[in-house]
Amino acid sequence: MSKTIRSGHKERRINEISNRSNAILLIILTLLAAVCVLPVLLVVIVSFSSEQSIFMKGYSFFPAEFSLEAYRFFLRLGDQIVRSYAITLFVTVFGTLFSLVVTTMLSYVLSRPDYRYGRVLTLLLLFTMLFNGGLVPSYMVNTQLLGLRDTIWALIFPMSLNVFYVVILRTFFRGIPLEIIEAAHIDGAGEFRTFLTVVLPLSKPGVATIGLFTVIAYWNDWFLGMLYIFETKKYPIQTLLQSMQNSLEALTQSSANALEYAEMAKNAPTDSGRMALTVLVVLPVMLAYPFFQKYFVKGLTVGGVKG
Amino acid sequence: MKKQKKSRWFYFKKNLPLTMMALPGIILMILFKYLPLSGIVLAFKQYNIRDGIFGSAWNGLKNFEYLFRTKDAWIITRNTLGYNLMFIVLDLVLAVTMAIILNELHQKRAAKVYQTIFMAPYFLSWVVVSFIAYSLLSVDNGFINRALGLNVTWYSQTSAWPVILVVFQIWKTLGYSTVMYLGSIVGISNDYYEAALMDGATKWQQIKYITLPSLKGMMIVLTILAIGKIFYADFGLFYQLPRNSGPLFPVTNVIDTYVYRALKENGNIGMSAAASLYQSLVGFVLVLTSNFIVRKIDPDSALF
Repeated sequence: MSKTIRSGHKERRINEISNRSNAILLIILTLLAAVCVLPVLLVVIVSFSSEQSIFMKGYSFFPAEFSLEAYRFFLRLGDQIVRSYAITLFVTVFGTLFSLVVTTMLSYVLSRPDYRYGRVLTLLLLFTMLFNGGLVPSYMVNTQLLGLRDTIWALIFPMSLNVFYVVILRTFFRGIPLEIIEAAHIDGAGEFRTFLTVVLPLSKPGVATIGLFTVIAYWNDWFLGMLYIFETKKYPIQTLLQSMQNSLEALTQSSANALEYAEMAKNAPTDSGRMALTVLVVLPVMLAYPFFQKYFVKGLTVGGVKG
Repeated sequence: MKKQKKSRWFYFKKNLPLTMMALPGIILMILFKYLPLSGIVLAFKQYNIRDGIFGSAWNGLKNFEYLFRTKDAWIITRNTLGYNLMFIVLDLVLAVTMAIILNELHQKRAAKVYQTIFMAPYFLSWVVVSFIAYSLLSVDNGFINRALGLNVTWYSQTSAWPVILVVFQIWKTLGYSTVMYLGSIVGISNDYYEAALMDGATKWQQIKYITLPSLKGMMIVLTILAIGKIFYADFGLFYQLPRNSGPLFPVTNVIDTYVYRALKENGNIGMSAAASLYQSLVGFVLVLTSNFIVRKIDPDSALF
């Protein structure tokens, strides 16, 4: 018994790289993994360092003194952070739902071979992937004609229809045999009910992957905020973070606590403060990432080549 | 004639339920993809706020003349193409290498863990990455200056930025590309390797004669598609990472950042619209060409 296992084992081992090469690769990969993780860890550590320590030792992995200064500062003067967080949360949740509803319905219709206008519509959609007016025309039309300036919709609608996702989902829906759809029709279900009760449940993995990518896209978006939002008060969290590259001023520009801030301004924890906000921005993504990464891998291999 | 009209109406009615389902998407497409095309006229106008997009006076090709008379036009084109070329080559070589390494590892579990870690930076926004970079590069407190006892003002050191930009781009996206190639390698049938082993092929020979040739199609297609997008730069990388630092513009300004600054910081609508259209047109030609080539090689991978 042990012999067969050993020979099987041996056979596999012949084509494996040597133990020494394997060890070397492990060391290299571990170093690279450290390069991925350590910079993020540094930001986290700095956010928990006292300003005094930063002044002495700089941004260090081993601060002289740990401190919750930055986070306490946010608790006292954090109304802008809470507001921006709420805006981003709403944009992410509502934006993802809206985008998924629109995208799945459109992709499903385009996936139906018997839909008469499918070809024209697909062509119209694909054309937008090849040619767009660029940033300036969109910006001018969105602000001047559609009136999106300084509205929350400016953070949602411009990125709610991703043609690339439509293409992926259309391919996905094509995998569902037309007979199943026809059977539902014969049972008396209308198009919409067929879609809702038959097609969508069969397509959960595809829709889930696209949904996760959309969640990340909305949460991580700072560009629309930077482009269309002029009032600090209405910044999403990423844009708020960006505005802190130079100072924490944005936190209090519209704050009722402005006076209080002025008093504290001298010893505001600027350095640890912006790193603390970075941590708050990244935290949800990093906490959710380990659980969802397999969907991302799947999504990559589904539509990867056309990315 | 009359009969045809009737049948058209008949089909319209028959397809109406599906059309209604597609309608929200169609409306979004019209509002956010096609309506903006009308704004292209701005490239040929002397824009002023009072007269608006369509009321402003035409000025022919003046915006383009101004644009191409500045030395900026050359710099942003060079930077956009140069950096993207570098990214394409490095990403290809490194991602394939990493995928092969991860695939050879004895410990399959560990390979999964490494893959997960390498992919993580992809999900950070460029704003977040810019703060990560700042914690390393800040003059007074930055980790690099403190650890090495330097006093370099990184954010005005033009010679360093071609390297810094490439490093962070690779840092953020390499894991993501690796996964794609890894998926392909895992799919290669073991029979090939076993047959090669019988013939006494070494690991290097197996990689050279089996693994790489199997990936060839994917490598070519992904590369050509990337070349199709070579006229578009990653705005976040070039705007956020250098923290919009003026002294760095000669090495960090790309078409996308130039357009943005002309629009929002200088308010030069006409010229930024011209640069924007210049990018769209050249980009359009490049995508068409690259897609044409991809379709010749592998019709399934073509976009259209």
